[in-house]
Amino acid sequence: MVKRSKDFDVTKALRRTLLYVPGNNPAVLQDCIIYGCDCVVLDLEDAISIDEKDAARHLVAAALKHIDFEETLISIRINGTDTQYFDEDIEAIVPLKPDFIRIPKINCKEDVHYIDQRLSEVEKKHDLPIGITKIEPMLETAKGIRNAFEIAEASPRVFSMSVGGEDLTADLGIKRTSTEEEMSFARSRVVFAAKAAGIQAIDTIFGDINDEEGLLCSSRNAYMMGFSGKALINPRQVEGIHKGFMPDVEDLEKAKRIVDAFNEAQRKGLGVVAVNGRMVDAPVVKRSLDLLKLAKSYGMVN
Amino acid sequence: MVKTPMKIQKKAQAGSLESSDVLITVAPSDKLTIEITSIVMNQFGEIIREVVQEVLNDAEITCGEIIINDRGALEYALRARLTTAIKRANGGEE
Repeated sequence: MVKRSKDFDVTKALRRTLLYVPGNNPAVLQDCIIYGCDCVVLDLEDAISIDEKDAARHLVAAALKHIDFEETLISIRINGTDTQYFDEDIEAIVPLKPDFIRIPKINCKEDVHYIDQRLSEVEKKHDLPIGITKIEPMLETAKGIRNAFEIAEASPRVFSMSVGGEDLTADLGIKRTSTEEEMSFARSRVVFAAKAAGIQAIDTIFGDINDEEGLLCSSRNAYMMGFSGKALINPRQVEGIHKGFMPDVEDLEKAKRIVDAFNEAQRKGLGVVAVNGRMVDAPVVKRSLDLLKLAKSYGMVN
Repeated sequence: MVKTPMKIQKKAQAGSLESSDVLITVAPSDKLTIEITSIVMNQFGEIIREVVQEVLNDAEITCGEIIINDRGALEYALRARLTTAIKRANGGEE
């Protein structure tokens, strides 16, 4: 079972990199945290052939029980509600309390309501607090992108949403390119829907593992757009994505001054935060605090 | 992991011969035999046997031919593979 301290909150944890790990390969499963990603996604879906679904489910469940993944966040990508594996997947995984579950091909709020209800049943059966299992819906169909706003608000379990480029471009009948122009609407919409609901957004994978420049550009774009992190399938991409999500030094200096002023104002009991005589709005203070937190993970601040 | 009593009703296999994995074959038999080959037989042969016996006990399996071909699997993988093999031999998930 995944063990976390009492004050741990997955909705506030750093998640720049979400590494997909095939759920049926012991060698990769037991070593997946050595690559330094913030989160691993143990995959029961696309990485697993139909005749090995049972084996992967048993192996991932056993790994969750017996392997210490330390600080790395643990999530499982289960099979979709439109498959015969969904029920067995949640029955096996939910009692082991992963940090969250990724669910593919979410099209509308009714999909989330159904999942919410099924999760509640499993939680009840295993004497777990109802709602403890957080979910990250994957929006990877035209319909899912259209319904992004209602999906984001469909359940308190939804703490984040991700956009899936491979399935989405297939659904649109177009191909993915290295510039990712074809993804711009879907990425923007998912970020806006997530932010409007007060949750996180996670970007799709960058497929070409040999294109380091493209990866950096894609990651930087994702960061600038408001994504909290990016999925990846090859551990070689961890470093490039972390580089893309690194705060600018100038922004950081500005954020430090704002946070200092904020602390000062709190100490003095002032309602207004001011830097160099100019008032700073509350959202700017929040953004600065978030930036400092991110900068901490890079060792850029103490 | 296997809670309800199970029976090895047909031949089944789980796992692989890749490094850190184990290939397990189970087949119906009127007595219980456990055959183990492992790349770490000297160090871990006995532990493997104990784990296999424990999983079989949990599933209340008293007869069958169990063949373990271990490639250095950790205990969690051994448990998982045997669970898969038993469930497959019992006719799939309950």
